[in-house]
Amino acid sequence: MTVADLKKGQKAIITDSSARDIPLKLLEMGCLPGNEVSLLHIAPFSDPMYLTMNDTHLAIRKQTAALIEVELED
Amino acid sequence: MGKQINVALVGNPNTGKTSVFNQLTGLTQKIGNYPGITVEKKEGVTKISRILTAHILDLPGTYSLNASSLDENIVIELLLNKNHKDYPDVVVVVSDIENLKRNLLLFTQIKDLGIPTILAINMADRMERKGIELDIPQMEEQLKTKIALVSARKKTGFDELKKHIKNYSLLPTTPCCNVSSIDKSYFDKLQQTYPEQERYKLWLLITHDANFGELDRKTIASRNGLPQKTKDEIKKLQHKEVVARYQFINGMLKACFKQDLNLAKGMRAQLDKVLTHPVWGYLVFFVILLLIFQAIYDWSTIPMDWIDEGFAYLGQWVKLNLPAGMFTNLLAEGVVPGIGGIVIFIPQIAMLFLFISILEETGYMSRVVFLMDKSMRKFGLSGKSVIPLVSGTACAIPAVMAARNIENWKERLITILVVPFTTCSARLPVYLIIISLVIPDEHLLGIISYQALALMAMYIIGFGAAIAAAWIANKSLRVGTRSSFVIEMPDYKLPIFKNVGLTVVDKTKAFVVGAGKIILSISIILWVLASFGPSDTFGNARKNVQAEMASTDPMPQGVDMEQRIASYKLKHSYMGIMGRGIEPAVTPLGYDWKIGIALISSFAAREVFVGTLATIYSVGSDNQITIKERLAGEKNTATGKPLFTLASGISLLLFYAFAMQCMSTLAIVKRETNSWKWPLLQLFLMTGFAYLTALIAYQLLNL
Repeated sequence: MTVADLKKGQKAIITDSSARDIPLKLLEMGCLPGNEVSLLHIAPFSDPMYLTMNDTHLAIRKQTAALIEVELED
Repeated sequence: MGKQINVALVGNPNTGKTSVFNQLTGLTQKIGNYPGITVEKKEGVTKISRILTAHILDLPGTYSLNASSLDENIVIELLLNKNHKDYPDVVVVVSDIENLKRNLLLFTQIKDLGIPTILAINMADRMERKGIELDIPQMEEQLKTKIALVSARKKTGFDELKKHIKNYSLLPTTPCCNVSSIDKSYFDKLQQTYPEQERYKLWLLITHDANFGELDRKTIASRNGLPQKTKDEIKKLQHKEVVARYQFINGMLKACFKQDLNLAKGMRAQLDKVLTHPVWGYLVFFVILLLIFQAIYDWSTIPMDWIDEGFAYLGQWVKLNLPAGMFTNLLAEGVVPGIGGIVIFIPQIAMLFLFISILEETGYMSRVVFLMDKSMRKFGLSGKSVIPLVSGTACAIPAVMAARNIENWKERLITILVVPFTTCSARLPVYLIIISLVIPDEHLLGIISYQALALMAMYIIGFGAAIAAAWIANKSLRVGTRSSFVIEMPDYKLPIFKNVGLTVVDKTKAFVVGAGKIILSISIILWVLASFGPSDTFGNARKNVQAEMASTDPMPQGVDMEQRIASYKLKHSYMGIMGRGIEPAVTPLGYDWKIGIALISSFAAREVFVGTLATIYSVGSDNQITIKERLAGEKNTATGKPLFTLASGISLLLFYAFAMQCMSTLAIVKRETNSWKWPLLQLFLMTGFAYLTALIAYQLLNL
């Protein structure tokens, strides 16, 4: 599953962020395997997504979110 | 005079770097541009000790040294070029306490360059509230540097920061994190080829297309024996670099950083629940916009009226109290109305920048971007286009520059192309004066003023045109682009008064000085053109008018006579000759040649319109009245009817709403898009459309 599949309030661990179209800036903000990501809010029309990642609060579009592989935390 | 050193402030956006800068430099700061580009350059001076002063440069905010924009390029070009005149003796990395982990990524990169680097952790006053404890001595040891805990808000910690700056030469310059492990053999080869350079510096040189002075990518690439890397390999290595740095940072923070989450308090969650809500969020945004417009129209008209009347009085005073002559005329009829035309903008510009800087400082602007992104994308824009579109209501120039934050080139281009449609403050005096002339001063149902409605309609027309143009551009432009959109959602903060105040003063000053030069020179040129003419007609005005009137009116006398001479002179001045030359083009729109001249001079800058009419009409007029009273009495020279009717007024309003009449905006668009194609497209399409709608409106309303 990917970040785009998360529901509001869910937490997950990033498993892969090596897709070519993920911008370097996002990696630098902490989008790296092993880091926790959680979905705080979704904008109207379900895009973009407001996340915390590696303690940083940021928003990305769904198409980018769909490139980040995650695994739900139990 | 003691010694002066160069200090560069570097840091992520939203860390309060500029607050730290303001605290250090105060009013000594100067804002200019880096040569050749429109990135703002902020510098200032601070006293470090009795014999040492520091020249402080506030570099653009950046998340890392892997630059992806013009602003970020500035940072690496300075840090990698030892021959640069601003090359820092010491770098201060400003970080905020809450995003320490992410901020340290940039710190470790800069540390690798071999420059003495100090870490300033800002917002230290929030540590207790967030339940954070730091082991500073151990952090200093691991990061091989000195750390200062500062708070720009509480003004604490600056003595310690200055002490570290004073002792900069004692700081170790060795890297704290060894990234060459990501591809050891490659980095070793680099080092062997250039033994005197830092490894990480060489790596940045290879991965960037920028101007570094002594060494660049091509020179390194052409050196024999160095294996070449493809774009994909470079991206993979950059990925590895980020991972390696975070490993180091996480390891260090595990030992030095403690946060008791039970103690962490914050407004973020509660505020976000409302401000990013699908209903409440939009409602709040709408109310804020309404408040901004109310402030600009209602509250700032009061000082504007004073300024208008003040300058009318000043012009009169100059005429009465200075010895009569050419120079007095130039002052009273050219310079004073010209300066008045600039000064009148100050209340509105200041008010607008006040609101925009508060919205940015509090962190609210990011929420607007988040809310608007999806709907803006339907028109080929980005959520980040909201900031340029809102700033565009002040002035298109900073708005076009604000579009830099948009990562996606097509969205950025479309934003730049449509921003000039938004109703900038330069259009405002034109609208205000025309509306007050042609729209009745009555109230709908006794409450809502028709004039206010008309003004609001002009704003809606401006935004509507921008959105429609964006939609068309989105459909017709074929620009290959990869979409990426990342925006940090900073924590909410109360604005720091000093920051807001300095922004308002700086931006207003920049506008007044920039626009002022153009307006002032144009009003002087216009005055000269209106005050001189060919000698056979202009020079013999009195004789010609007398001869002309002798045949029609047997008893020409006094005031009437003087007025006829003045109007004859204006008509036969160089300006009159030019104006009548273009009259055939503007007559179908309902204008006479005087408005034609005002239209043409407006292409330098729209706000020139009112000043131009003021100059044209005050040449030869002795009455102490405001510009508005003068315009209301003006007759169309061709028909003899009042010049400003509903039809010609609406036609003029529409022309100003759509036409691209601002040379400074065209120049900025050229710089930002790096091509003449886009500004020329704006100039011809927008102006053509303006002419057409003004023509249709006048012809329909005049039926």
